Amino acid sequence: MWTLIQIELFKIFRRPRTYIAFAAITGLIGIIQFGLKLDGDSYVEFMMRDINSSITVEGKILNGYQVCYIVLQILLVHVPLLIALVAADMISGEANMGTLRLMLTKPISRTRFLLAKFLATVAYTLLLLIWLAVMALFVNMLIFGTDDLFLMKSQYVVLLKENDIFWRYVWAFGFAALAMTTVASLGFLFSLFAENSIGPIVATMSVIIFFTILSTLNIPIFNAIKPFLFTTHMIGWKEFFDIRVNEANEAIVGSIQNPDRILRSAIVLVVHIVGFVTAAIWMFRKKDILS
Amino acid sequence: MQPIVNVTGLTKQFNNLTAVQDLSFSVYEGDVYGFLGQNGAGKSTTIRMLLSLIRPGSGKIEIFGRDLQHYRNEILTQVGAVIEKPDVYKYLSAYENLKLFARLSGIRATDTRLMEQLEQVGLAGRAKDTVKTFSQGMKQRLGIAIALVHDPKLIILDEPTNGLDPQGIADIRNLILHLSRDLKKTVIVSSHLLSEIEQVATRVLIIDKGKKIVEGSAQELFDPSQTLVALQTLNHTGAWQKLQNSKWSENLQQQRGMVILLKLDRDQIPQFHRDLVAMDIELVSLEPRHSLEDYFLQVTSGNQHVDTYTD
Repeated sequence: MWTLIQIELFKIFRRPRTYIAFAAITGLIGIIQFGLKLDGDSYVEFMMRDINSSITVEGKILNGYQVCYIVLQILLVHVPLLIALVAADMISGEANMGTLRLMLTKPISRTRFLLAKFLATVAYTLLLLIWLAVMALFVNMLIFGTDDLFLMKSQYVVLLKENDIFWRYVWAFGFAALAMTTVASLGFLFSLFAENSIGPIVATMSVIIFFTILSTLNIPIFNAIKPFLFTTHMIGWKEFFDIRVNEANEAIVGSIQNPDRILRSAIVLVVHIVGFVTAAIWMFRKKDILS
Repeated sequence: MQPIVNVTGLTKQFNNLTAVQDLSFSVYEGDVYGFLGQNGAGKSTTIRMLLSLIRPGSGKIEIFGRDLQHYRNEILTQVGAVIEKPDVYKYLSAYENLKLFARLSGIRATDTRLMEQLEQVGLAGRAKDTVKTFSQGMKQRLGIAIALVHDPKLIILDEPTNGLDPQGIADIRNLILHLSRDLKKTVIVSSHLLSEIEQVATRVLIIDKGKKIVEGSAQELFDPSQTLVALQTLNHTGAWQKLQNSKWSENLQQQRGMVILLKLDRDQIPQFHRDLVAMDIELVSLEPRHSLEDYFLQVTSGNQHVDTYTD
């Protein structure tokens, strides 16, 4: 199995298409960093315009942690497309090149073949998120320094102490990896049904957009299905930045407001991943290779 | 002798189309087995079933005496294949492709072994070049190197000369002969080009519309002392019955539409002609066929023509 995964990773990272995602993340974060470095004060002023009269915040609001949060809010919506570019191409791309039939004449079971491809896709997804973490967290910490993190939620504000933030990002990126793996497994499943990657990429993104709209629509009839949509749970990483308060309304360092909700979201995502991959294996084992 | 490949009652349907119907044949060790049929005859579907790319609707495939369905991986370690176009990873070099597929075949080939394999197909000089710069013939040769890299006992080549220039076709032909004669490999080679198969095959199977038309040794089919004769009569059913009940029954090959095929010694033809008249068979034509190409066209496309004509 390890040999198969190595081969798949070798193929993924020898394709120029693979690096589009890394370049896109680097470019997008670079633009945000450039803009905030030059005109960050205006951005902070705009962000604080509604509460400036009631709250006085001391210290450096626009620090590396703050910029990382801004980047994640913007980019984690778009990263699924970058994941789908590779995941949805894993089988369909091979069918399109004509290499699928050659691969499957080799003495490897279809289940192992598919699992190796999926695990390689997961490895790619993780590497992409690690790159995102490097660019969004570490580089921003270097450029903007570190300080407390000030977050404005819809009905309250959260202030996290500087020494209570880094671990939250580690977990948030871990959760994002789970969410992106769900996207990868969906793209992977769709890639079985086509002989070029455009269809599966579009289908994956369409499902995500459709489900995201359903998740955010506040219409009672859709509320019953929202908990079952993976898109509802993909933004669970934000929960790591909600903190509990004590009776004196002081933040409890090291706490998370709603760990159960995070766990529930993680379980829903894992169930989706297992479901998508199991369905893919089941169909692939029966599939006639006509490409 | 135990056959290396034994196919029994193989059938495959795609929706309403029967691609292969009740096909049975055997391939023996050392054979160069020519698998012939027109485009769409069911050759590729059969070959894909032999490689477990397509699941048979019914029937049984045994390779090396073992059921393909249950011993797929063990069997495929001893099989090398090129299926239609030799598609490989275009963004990798010839060397990288060969190494990758060698590992997938379960072997860790040394650099020397890989280069020897590329040398054998005349690609050693281009080993480090990416495949996207290769001609169709070079890709085909690389595909063959990939099929051979793990030293399989059985080699399956599906339309290996497709898209090749005359030199490329000759190279493939020589390679097949080399594999069979020098390396003692068993080769199954499919083609719609009779002229190619004629020159390499030791045994031949002709299929049409998914059905077996004829199977036999190339020597039998090409026996120069015998002539294949195509007989057309006004009442082909009656003629077939009369011939079956006559001394010529052993010469009968088959009936396809209005054409009856027989194998005769050349000096038997005048007597046969006289007997047709004696049996009151109303003759339209009696044509000797001299090559497998004629035979093939007669039993495949010729049949289509007759069908159209009778409609």
